[in-house]
Amino acid sequence: MDSALIPKGLKRCPFWQFALFIGIAGLIALWGVYAMFLCWFKALNQTNMNDYYGFALWIWADLAVIALGGGAFFSGFLKYIVGKDELKNIINYAVLIGFICYSSALLILAIDIGQPLRGWFIFWHANVHSMLTEVAFCLSCYFAVLTIEYIPLILENRQIDKIPFFHNLSHNMHEIMGIFAATGAFLSFFHQGSLGGVAGVLYGRPFAFREGLFIWPWTFFLFTWSAAAYGPCFTLALTKLLEKVTHKKLVKDNVIDLLAKISGWMILTYMVAKLIDTWYWGAVLAPRAGFTFSEFYANNAFYGQWIVFLELFLGGIVPAVILTNKAMRQNSTLLTLAVVLGCVGVSTNRWAMVCQVMAVPVLPFESWQLYIPSWQEVATTILPVAYGAILIGISYRYLPIFPQERELNPIDDYTDTADNELPESGKLQPAVA
Amino acid sequence: MKQSSTHQKMNKYGMVIDLDKCTGCGSCMVACMAENNVPFRKDETDKALSITWMRVYKIANGKSFPDIDICYIPRPCMQCGGMHDDGHSPCVSVCPAVATDYSYETGIVSQIYTRCFGCRYCMAACPYHARYFNWWDPVWPEGMERSLSPDVSPRMRGVVEKCSFCFHRYQLAKDKAFVEGRNTLKEDEYQTSCTEACPSGAITFGDLDDSTHAVYKLRQSKYAFRLLERLKTNPKVYYLTTREWVRKSLDNYLPDEMPQTAAAHH
Repeated sequence: MDSALIPKGLKRCPFWQFALFIGIAGLIALWGVYAMFLCWFKALNQTNMNDYYGFALWIWADLAVIALGGGAFFSGFLKYIVGKDELKNIINYAVLIGFICYSSALLILAIDIGQPLRGWFIFWHANVHSMLTEVAFCLSCYFAVLTIEYIPLILENRQIDKIPFFHNLSHNMHEIMGIFAATGAFLSFFHQGSLGGVAGVLYGRPFAFREGLFIWPWTFFLFTWSAAAYGPCFTLALTKLLEKVTHKKLVKDNVIDLLAKISGWMILTYMVAKLIDTWYWGAVLAPRAGFTFSEFYANNAFYGQWIVFLELFLGGIVPAVILTNKAMRQNSTLLTLAVVLGCVGVSTNRWAMVCQVMAVPVLPFESWQLYIPSWQEVATTILPVAYGAILIGISYRYLPIFPQERELNPIDDYTDTADNELPESGKLQPAVA
Repeated sequence: MKQSSTHQKMNKYGMVIDLDKCTGCGSCMVACMAENNVPFRKDETDKALSITWMRVYKIANGKSFPDIDICYIPRPCMQCGGMHDDGHSPCVSVCPAVATDYSYETGIVSQIYTRCFGCRYCMAACPYHARYFNWWDPVWPEGMERSLSPDVSPRMRGVVEKCSFCFHRYQLAKDKAFVEGRNTLKEDEYQTSCTEACPSGAITFGDLDDSTHAVYKLRQSKYAFRLLERLKTNPKVYYLTTREWVRKSLDNYLPDEMPQTAAAHH
């Protein structure tokens, strides 16, 4: 039914199956939209946040999704700046994932703030001393960069590409994509870092506070490094997922292997820095404020040292070891395990730096605060996941996301004579049903 | 971090609260709520959602009868001066929209309700939990809107609010002084409502830098301490107590540490 929109030489599932998938994801998204409107119209009492837990599920989701979306900027940096040309076979997907991640973050922020209609104040009345100001500016600029990087993909849709203007536009945009990749890498360095700075500057919260370099706490650099290290894990994990769903190989092994290897070494070097930082924080900084390391993980029903084990060992050292070891990396099961654990590791780190910060008591006579999100918070957090699934579904179906897909999945009855002809100037071909 | 544009004396308004006098009656909390149009809900059982600019905590020494002892700690906003007492209060530094600002004129940290867009970063930054969020729009019982104070703006949903050291009273006192042709305030001309309401006189309010004010001398007492002193927030609220166990409860200490007086930290 929609075969005219499907890229040449590629096979896609029957339309009804696709429609069913979109329908189910759409229903889940609608549930999230309903919760979103409840939050907007009834105020934030719809959540289970309170005056102890001002930052909760949404802020964690924001930070996690931005860290996981770091695969876009880092793959772009590797491909266009460092010159790892093989990554051109996965960069489109990384950009799409990044676009979804950043649009999700902005959407969640629009719901999370108490006065969404005043959201523009962060730009108009910016406080240059606040880390959050830097986040807002760089995040918005970077989202614009991602949009610019995504547009050529849309323009390469079979029917849109027939229009000479769009064909030329996408071609020219591809030619200068290096500039956007460099801009994106620059912006990402700052906003990923500033998100770490958001926690690190809190000198009233010994759990979060770090010293650093000039105005930048060490968490600034750790967050940028971890986003670059773990972002590709998310890209690879979603590539694996898409390959599983579509029953197709979409990217050649050497490309996967390259990105996995780089990610592995990034995680390894990040872990060295992170462990040093953790030791210094536990041995020097926290005691200066009167806290011992173990106090941050005791006397409550949820936050225990298992978090440290999960974040640093399972989510850090294990994926680093697997991904830096060739034999293990080239084992499909171990690779999948490593990239999934990597995603878990960086998400746990963001959880600790947002939610555990709020939970730890600072006043000596206060106790730990625990929190369970309300269904409205859960629904609005699942909303971007559903929307992401829909956008990936539509993009995969109608856009040439994976340059190697045709080569890896040749189809026997492929004929392209009818579509090879360029339209007469200004005249569109009718879509074939 | 505005500098004063008038040639006017810099004040540093603060409080000294005598914990050995506080009976935990809560008059300060009630007076504050009435004075500042603080909203409330029908069901206020969830204290994590209650807006209490002044909140009285109760602590105990953990012993059993006859050695048990309790202490009440009234906690307003600390109006922190920041690490070098230079206006970089934990909350002021982080607000992305300059909705909260430190005044060198008064030493008070302001909160601008119409500027705040409710990101709650300041709430994350404050270690004293002095900041409260409007999770609901205020709903006043019928007729009560007529008894609200006209000097204090009520807040809308989605913004943060906190103790302002009754700043409107400062403004009214300054207006009166201006009419009388002077620009300095006497000690009794500007007092917070919690100070006035306290039946045991546990709260003393004034200019910490003015030697004619009671707080000036009180804060230099060897029994004066500040909450979470070692975080270097430089709060403007001092607590007086002769009880060692209470002193130890005002900050976090490692097992082998001894608390120092506030004076020793200066």
